[in-house]
Amino acid sequence: MASTKVKVPKKSDGLNVFEKLGNRFSYFVKRFTDGSFGTKLSHLIFGAGSFYHKQYVKGALFLLLQLAILAVMIFCPSVNGTPYGWKALVNLPLMNTTEGGFDPATMTTLLPSDCRLIVLFGFVTIALILIYILVWNLNVESSYKADNDRKVGKNPTTFREDLQALLDAKFHVTMLTPTCIAAAVFTILPTVFMISLAFTTYNLYDMNALETKLFHWNGIENFMAVFTGEGALGAEINNRFLPVLGWTLIWAVFATLTCYFGGIILALLINKKGLKGQKVFRTIFILTIAIPQFISLLAVRNLLAQYGPVNQLLKNMGLITESIGFLGLNRGDSEILAKVMVIVINMWVGIPYTMLMTSGILMNIPSDLYEAARVDGASTTKMFFKITLPYVVFVTTPYLISSFVGNINSFNTIYLLTGGNPEYLNFKAGGTDLLVTWLYKLTIDEGMYNTGAVIGIFTFLITAVITLVTYRRSRAYNEEDTFQ
Amino acid sequence: MSTLNTKKVASQSRNRRISLAVTYAVLVVLAVIWLIPIVWIILSAFRCEYQPDGTFIGKVTSNFFPKSYGLKNFRDLFTASYSNVPHAFLRWMLNTLIIAAVDCIISTFLVLSVAYCMSKLKFRMRKPFMNISMIIGLFPGFMSMIAIYFLLKSIGLAGNTEHPAYSVIGLILAYSAGAGMGFQVAKGFFDVIPNALVESAKLDGCTNFQIFHRIIIPLAKPIIIYQALMSFTGPWMDFIFAKVIIGADNPGYWTVSVGLYSMLFGSFSDANLFTQFAAGCVIVAIPIVTLFMFLQRYYVEGVTAGAVKG
Repeated sequence: MASTKVKVPKKSDGLNVFEKLGNRFSYFVKRFTDGSFGTKLSHLIFGAGSFYHKQYVKGALFLLLQLAILAVMIFCPSVNGTPYGWKALVNLPLMNTTEGGFDPATMTTLLPSDCRLIVLFGFVTIALILIYILVWNLNVESSYKADNDRKVGKNPTTFREDLQALLDAKFHVTMLTPTCIAAAVFTILPTVFMISLAFTTYNLYDMNALETKLFHWNGIENFMAVFTGEGALGAEINNRFLPVLGWTLIWAVFATLTCYFGGIILALLINKKGLKGQKVFRTIFILTIAIPQFISLLAVRNLLAQYGPVNQLLKNMGLITESIGFLGLNRGDSEILAKVMVIVINMWVGIPYTMLMTSGILMNIPSDLYEAARVDGASTTKMFFKITLPYVVFVTTPYLISSFVGNINSFNTIYLLTGGNPEYLNFKAGGTDLLVTWLYKLTIDEGMYNTGAVIGIFTFLITAVITLVTYRRSRAYNEEDTFQ
Repeated sequence: MSTLNTKKVASQSRNRRISLAVTYAVLVVLAVIWLIPIVWIILSAFRCEYQPDGTFIGKVTSNFFPKSYGLKNFRDLFTASYSNVPHAFLRWMLNTLIIAAVDCIISTFLVLSVAYCMSKLKFRMRKPFMNISMIIGLFPGFMSMIAIYFLLKSIGLAGNTEHPAYSVIGLILAYSAGAGMGFQVAKGFFDVIPNALVESAKLDGCTNFQIFHRIIIPLAKPIIIYQALMSFTGPWMDFIFAKVIIGADNPGYWTVSVGLYSMLFGSFSDANLFTQFAAGCVIVAIPIVTLFMFLQRYYVEGVTAGAVKG
């Protein structure tokens, strides 16, 4: 059977990266040698080709961009005493930082270096260089295209035509540019910056106040500290690393499965044939989704508090004499109980959501499947396990994966319910801390940015591996464009 | 033979009735469990109990049902100053409303444009773009949050105590900038719109822009409402981003969730503000729950689409 399944080779499959690069390079050479004088000149001066072809507005835009980027690169404007441009690149190795103070050589007072900004601006400058190369390519390409238009007797496109193309053939450029810029500035740049902090000594926990902004690169020392326990704080971090990792995975598995199957069962109950008041029940559960999590979770936390109603009720019933620390908020409370409680309370949060989703899917199950099963004399239980469950699981596999990943990163539930307790001492993670809440404590509370970044990268690797392995195999990915 | 059949039918219908009764019982119990925390918050908001010496009891008490009811919590909530900000709660509400409204417009626009491109346009970078956006989405949000804070702070748009309003702009940027990456649900919706519709419009000479705003947008009303609902309610529900970017020093410019959270855990909380916190929760929850209830159909549609598409 396997032999019949021949993979259809794609056009690009036969080429490896080097061949692709080679092709690209020879195209660049051809573009230069074949191009008109304007095209040749535009390799050096942006927009020259456009001027040559009388596309003045376009040429002016290219030239303006080139001048702007070059101005930043050469004159190095600075923000808060930290420069952009070539100086930023020189500073990026963090070798010539200063503590500030009076400099007798120049008779001036120097500001202390801010290494965070040096690294950040260094990356911005690198991004600027990439943009420069991109615009360079665009401008040469535009000129070369105009050359070719001339050769076949067409007029080069006018600026008006270029603008119109942005609404038609190049509409995707118009539509994606805002998102790409926003993502570059607010997602990619910050992520790259945080990753880079993992390779620095930026750690306020053992820095004195004077040098809070002074740090340097230290290779993989932080990774060694977390994974093997080397270094000054390494042992304490490393001690807590495996327990937190283990709990994160246990939590993710239980939180996902309980909510998933709980939701399916609830959906089955609500959608039962002949049941009246379906709408009322659905509305009640949707209500709990609509209420902001910080409200409902803090409400539950206070319900279960030491002197709260639940403990009082249990006391009145004579079941307990001392308050139970359900969420491990006080010293000496049970860690196991806190862990069980967050999983149980998370069902309260998650089940209505799965219920809503599976309700729609349940209604879509072809009814002839059930008819056929009934004719064959299958029992209700059997139909559930043989038809309903496989169908729902099959359709919602992508959701199952994304909810597993979501649970690994489930910050709100833990932070609002237990705050990671019990036994939270400085940067040591508490009994219910997940990797993400630990990351939050390490960075926001303790200023251990480098260790936090290591934990963040590690969390990313876990989720990435899980997602890529399962998602790439899934139907939704491979047949992504079948419905189009 | 016929009596046997009637008997069988009768026992079947009795079985069915029993199983229905059990279902009702289970559902009612579950509904009560799910409603308890909500009911309790509402009861606490209206709680008006005093100690024998006349001081108001604002902390968590062990009785589920209040001994007496009143509107004192709501009155205090709207008139009291928190962190020396007069009428703080009203300001927080107004702030959140502005942030949510602007974020809603920007985010919805970004999501729709990306989703349309990914679903209906063919271009070279389509698949790479989808893969990159998926990989980026896997990084924990907090990692970039701290860097976004540094970034915004270096241009004065975060933790700005001189011009606190600038931090609000920063927060709006932080909320809406990432929106375009969450295009999957909307893309799934666009995928279902038949391509033949787009093709025939193209034959009639429509540009891609015309197809988008004359054909796709009118058909996309459910998903527009879903996205708008999601991005509008986001700022009301989030508190970590708001807390970090606006900063602890600008209590007058907090969003309502940061304010309410700090009533329980912040510097000015004295554990006696729980009933006021509850009153605040009720005030916040009312508009959001109303929106959800009115737009329930669209929400369910979006969630279901998201389930299958991941």
